[in-house]
Amino acid sequence: MTSPHESRVRDICRQHGSDPVRLLDIARAVQSEFRGISQQSIDTIAAEVGVPRVTVEACVSFYSFLSVERQGEITIRLCDDVPDRLAGYETVRDAFVHALGVPLGGTTADGRFTLERTACIGLSDQAPAALVNEVPVTGLSSDRAREIVESLSRHGDPRQLVRKLGDGNNAHPLIQSMVRNNLQYPGAILFSPYNRGEAIRKAVAMSPAEVIRAVKTARLRGRGGAGFPTGMKWEFAREVEASPKYVICNADEGEPGTFKDRVLLTERADRVIAGMTIAAYAIGAAEGVLYLRGEYAYLLPFLESRLERRREDGLLGSGIAGKHGFDFDIRIQMGAGAYVCGEESALISSLEGDRGDPRDRPPFPTTSGFRASPTVVNNVETLCCVTRILEEGPATFCEYGTPQSAGTKLLSISGDCRLPGIYEVPFGLPLREVLELAGGESAAAVQVGGPSGRLVGTSEFDRRICFDDLATGGALVVFGPDRDLLSIVSAYTEFFIEEGCGHCTPCRAGMPAMHDLLERVRAGRGEHADLDRLRELGETIRRTSRCGLGQTAPNPILSSLEGLASEYEARTHEAEAGMRQSFDLDAALQPARAVPGRAPAHL
Amino acid sequence: MSESFTFYIDGVPVEAAPGMTILDAAQAAGIWIPRLCWHEELEPFGGCRVCTVKMNGRSCAACTQPAEPESVVENDSVALREWRKALVELLFAEGNHFCMACEKSGSCELQALAYRLGIAAPRFEHRWQAREVDASHADVLIDRNRCILCARCVRASRDLDGKNVFGFTGRGPERRVAVNSDARLRDTDLDVSDRAVDICPVGAIIRKGVGFTVPIGARRYDGAPIGSDVESANDELESANEHTEGGAAATVRQEE
Repeated sequence: MTSPHESRVRDICRQHGSDPVRLLDIARAVQSEFRGISQQSIDTIAAEVGVPRVTVEACVSFYSFLSVERQGEITIRLCDDVPDRLAGYETVRDAFVHALGVPLGGTTADGRFTLERTACIGLSDQAPAALVNEVPVTGLSSDRAREIVESLSRHGDPRQLVRKLGDGNNAHPLIQSMVRNNLQYPGAILFSPYNRGEAIRKAVAMSPAEVIRAVKTARLRGRGGAGFPTGMKWEFAREVEASPKYVICNADEGEPGTFKDRVLLTERADRVIAGMTIAAYAIGAAEGVLYLRGEYAYLLPFLESRLERRREDGLLGSGIAGKHGFDFDIRIQMGAGAYVCGEESALISSLEGDRGDPRDRPPFPTTSGFRASPTVVNNVETLCCVTRILEEGPATFCEYGTPQSAGTKLLSISGDCRLPGIYEVPFGLPLREVLELAGGESAAAVQVGGPSGRLVGTSEFDRRICFDDLATGGALVVFGPDRDLLSIVSAYTEFFIEEGCGHCTPCRAGMPAMHDLLERVRAGRGEHADLDRLRELGETIRRTSRCGLGQTAPNPILSSLEGLASEYEARTHEAEAGMRQSFDLDAALQPARAVPGRAPAHL
Repeated sequence: MSESFTFYIDGVPVEAAPGMTILDAAQAAGIWIPRLCWHEELEPFGGCRVCTVKMNGRSCAACTQPAEPESVVENDSVALREWRKALVELLFAEGNHFCMACEKSGSCELQALAYRLGIAAPRFEHRWQAREVDASHADVLIDRNRCILCARCVRASRDLDGKNVFGFTGRGPERRVAVNSDARLRDTDLDVSDRAVDICPVGAIIRKGVGFTVPIGARRYDGAPIGSDVESANDELESANEHTEGGAAATVRQEE
């Protein structure tokens, strides 16, 4: 007998062509409709799609937004990233816990609410923030938390929580969100007025090789953080004699503290899509995918409408911009809560319906990427730059920045500053001047490039934002003089432990070991030798991990050991001869004392 | 067909065919690169990272990195030994390994590697994670306490047995080997004769009823350290080369 539930799950599979590559979409749809993917649903999906059930289970267990346990009708995901903690996350959390009567991770007895915590949701400049199902709510307080629970209990509709619409396209009928852009410092390149179709018409008037040359002449480097030359990446993919080829836009910005791509997608979506189209023309791709992080699902209808409008205008589809034989279209793939999927090879695994485990390189995606075909993966901001280069020409683009780092960089600034938000600055600007712009002059430290970047102290504030000095994907989290910096280092280390895929030993087993040592130091039980142990272990993890996540996971600890050594020194002590500082005699004796019920003795 | 080429491991010239990994080329030349997840019958996985070497100064996993002509590979150096030691120690700290009570003792690659690398006392705090044991199957049990997540069973079942009995669930430190049923190993189509059963390098997948058939003292690594089979193949290879013209490409079989 087929239950109605089971036949509905089967229908969902069939709506996605029962295609294993669409497994993540199928899982998302089942999760959304049934609030969970039961063991029975896993069996049904496996049978319908034709993969082993363990493959489906592997996928479901990988993504934070998927669960086997049934969740409430409404899931409240509280962001507990560092900027949220600075802004009062704990009192907001306690208010939710109290109002709902369930702990974090719990579901109310009536099955209406689930309360969860989540990593950065791209709203650091309006923290504390949360997602209520897919609806972002920002600037939370304990009062607002109680109000949200009360209001949802009445009407059960997360959309009704939005009372005041945000600025710009956040108020668009297809978005209607309370999210604000906080565009504090729009620069000349990315946020300049956009004339739809201009860049593409210019591109198709050139040969693909000329387009690549223009991007090379502009010295464009990838904006996701690694800074690989974009023109070179395209050329690699172009040179491979294979068909099909793919262009993928990496809109999975998950680096804690980063939210620039959200604002670009909201305000300059067409420029992003145009960049993908130009890349397709350059490498000879007919299919593109925009991989949108699950946290930004509220932007999906709007982005779909932008794609549709471009199809109507002849800017997507067949014979784009009147160029016979240039056919290209884009679909949007939703993510489901996994930081590691921002790594390009993991993103491709995820796109193929697998767990988002990174892959070995070589082969590089430009040779063998999505469906083993040549694939270019570019960041949202990079693609906007591409469009701008075609609009204005490489020379104008290079007027900004430094010789090694041409153009501007979009920064997401949050934390202890007066004007958190988005800043488009020319490459080469010293960090000190960035802090002045944002009203963060009193900072004691700044996390540059998110946790995978570098925690810099005041002695490094004259360093410049560019690829050959302080390279960054764009996240800057500012910390005032009263902050406990090692607790921040600890929070970022926990983030990496949680978000690692678990494939390789150094990251999976090494990061918890680093965290242990750090906690020992924080508790005042560390010795100087523990700091050396941290450095050695960190170096081992950095050098032996398989992917960029593992290789950068020790950075919060390693960079703070360099830049903020005094924080560590102040908490480490030399043990008495023959003793270990980490050994706690009282704690060790406690179990033995508990048996006869003796009180702790004074040592 | 493209020509084979030469590269150097710790100064020793090694022949490789295009596309060959550093580890495979080393293996054929009788040079042992420490490893755990690698297995000659399986596609490389690059998970344990114990085979990390430096190629032209950059670290990489020898099991997945193709050898490159004229490249200079560092294998047996102080820095690499320290990294490998740390990785093996981390595996001990992560799982729940009680060698003295484990029926795999003496035949276990993790244990043997620890001995060879000179690991004595743990440097890292044990995590003492609770892990599941599944003894539901009539002939095979899986003890996740001893699992090092090397994916040999996953790969062997998929690629050698054509079955997909195993997979991975969870991520980060919560990653576990899962079985292809909603609960128990007995509900999968695993057979005791599957390659996936015997290919486990540690005592995580155990064939029932044969644990002590080979007595302690007569086990695989009781006589000679891990890797010595590869290295002695090198000696044989060299002496064979001395006696026969051209020499024979001895295949190195390292199974018992």
